[in-house]
Amino acid sequence: MQELVNRAKKLLEDGTVARVLGWKAGDLPYNPEPAYFESAESLKDFVYNGFCGANLSKYMIEASKLEGKTLVCLKPCDTYSFNQLIKEHRVDREKAYIIGVGCKGKLDIEKIRNQGIKGIESIEGAELSDAAETLKVRTIYGEKSCSYADVMLERCHVCKGKEHRIYDEQIGESKETKDGERFDEVARIEAMSPEEKFAFFKKELSKCIRCNACRNVCPACSCRKCVFDSNKFDSSQKANVDSFEEKMFHIIRAFHVAGRCTDCGECSRVCPQGIPLHLFNRKFIKDIDELYGEYQAGDDTDSKAPLTNYTFEDAEPSIVGKRG
Amino acid sequence: MYKIAKENLSALFQLIADSQELYLPVKTAGQVNFAAWSEEAEVDLDTLKSVKSPKDAFFPQSENLYTVKREGRKMKVEPESLKSQKFVVFGMKACDVKGLEVLDNVFLSEPVDTFYAARREHGTVVALACHEPEESCFCKVFGVDAANPAADVATWMIGEELYWKALTKKGEELTETVKELLADADETAVETEKEAIHSIVEKLPYMNLSLEGWNGDALSEKFDDKLWEELYKPCLACGTCTFVCPTCQCYDIKDYNTGNGVSRYRCWDSCMYSDFTMMAHGNNRTSQMQRFRQRFMHKLVYYPANNDGMYSCVGCGRCVEKCPASLNIVKVIKAFQSQGGEK
Repeated sequence: MQELVNRAKKLLEDGTVARVLGWKAGDLPYNPEPAYFESAESLKDFVYNGFCGANLSKYMIEASKLEGKTLVCLKPCDTYSFNQLIKEHRVDREKAYIIGVGCKGKLDIEKIRNQGIKGIESIEGAELSDAAETLKVRTIYGEKSCSYADVMLERCHVCKGKEHRIYDEQIGESKETKDGERFDEVARIEAMSPEEKFAFFKKELSKCIRCNACRNVCPACSCRKCVFDSNKFDSSQKANVDSFEEKMFHIIRAFHVAGRCTDCGECSRVCPQGIPLHLFNRKFIKDIDELYGEYQAGDDTDSKAPLTNYTFEDAEPSIVGKRG
Repeated sequence: MYKIAKENLSALFQLIADSQELYLPVKTAGQVNFAAWSEEAEVDLDTLKSVKSPKDAFFPQSENLYTVKREGRKMKVEPESLKSQKFVVFGMKACDVKGLEVLDNVFLSEPVDTFYAARREHGTVVALACHEPEESCFCKVFGVDAANPAADVATWMIGEELYWKALTKKGEELTETVKELLADADETAVETEKEAIHSIVEKLPYMNLSLEGWNGDALSEKFDDKLWEELYKPCLACGTCTFVCPTCQCYDIKDYNTGNGVSRYRCWDSCMYSDFTMMAHGNNRTSQMQRFRQRFMHKLVYYPANNDGMYSCVGCGRCVEKCPASLNIVKVIKAFQSQGGEK
């Protein structure tokens, strides 16, 4: 991390960048927040550790409008989002100085709590430089520990790879974290009967409180004004009046980001009710792979996307009936 | 003071539910929220905080106010009936009970909110002391005692037994209806438990948070502070903090097109949303900085100004745990504090 801070200071001081977009240490061991740093002095609060799960790509939409370049720290998975945003002309590549930061998997505080760990005072082992496989947690109820891998975010278990897809320079080592297959969970749901599927999603989505965190954090949700925010339609966002509406919100959103979603996993990370929202998006990705050939949104900035590019080989709408 | 063995709690819930609705913490798809009791419900009294606060029981996220139906050339207006049956909310924590006091000040002062008032009148609150408070808790800062919830009935889970003490007339009435399941108990175990809770509370990282400078008179000083321009930046403008909060009380009123009429309903609103307080004049708050500032000014300045200095935060810490960008009221208070005199 010190190397990253030193480099950021240098780039700020020599005028290459006007600000640094990274993470600021929180007041608890696990709550760093996305933050802008405009002076070398302010970088004393900079932090990069296992709790820096936030994907900073989306913040670059606003940062692209600011004067001068913004140094942005992107993890390997975040770079897919950044590429996709370039493709959609939502960020300005020239306004970004990208430092690809290493990643050994990001942590999920909910999973730590689910292990019965509470009253947390400090956590050791969450640093990027730390080779430890175990987190040592000091709590007011005594010393606890848990395996790093057991409390990683779901997305890290099916990591797309530790290679940055776009960067100006790279700092920090990465460690492979993939120990599962990305589409296994989707396949498991596909194998369910329609009644089971409906029951599964009904149970999950009934928890939705329409806070819009999934939408607001999503790099693919970059509309200036979301239809669900418009007070001119009945689609306005605020209430889950009935179970129909809460399902429709998520399904419409999944359709809207289909083919553009990079599977960054932010929607599921931020959901206060722990709804596995990424499953919708991943189902679309799996279908696109099967119907149009393998495609990873955000892999590059200029390839043609399957859903916005017509070819004679495209699947016909009748495929829906055939697939059941 | 009474007690009941933990293993008999389902019988207790069954007995309460025989005569009235019962809401309590239920785990569904991995998350604990307050929900109606049923035999199949997975009751979870061990998880300290429900994701959403239990304020829904009195102020639901969404509720119908009246329905207008077209009948030929006439319109028929059917008002929604007010709550008229008794119900029990079991397992609220001391902070959430204090949250009701915050809501009471808003909804029970003139003009009285009849929907809320009817629920308050018919609801009996059975609160559960916090056996093991967590690092995100800071209720003591707002004068809440985690060991002594000020509800109709206070309960303490100690080992394999739940201790039960009625504190109000409503609480005594409920106690009468379930007395067959309760055994007499002395207060010794509860006193020990209270001491244990108090000693844990002292160790929590946020317990010494200072509210100095936050009061109803600090309006211009806080409103005009440049710090807001920095603090709001990571905010995603989602409504998580407001929707998990036990004291947020803002709502919107909307019409739902039913095809041959409308249902006029109200639903929680969030000051984080771009159309919050949008009215015909069209010039509500225009920036996220202003929206972000509103939330904290309301809790720490405007509300105290109108309610004899009482804050509209109870230190439950849900925003601390749930904000996707790790922002929260504690960080805001601390940021102003560390800024000190330099403005």
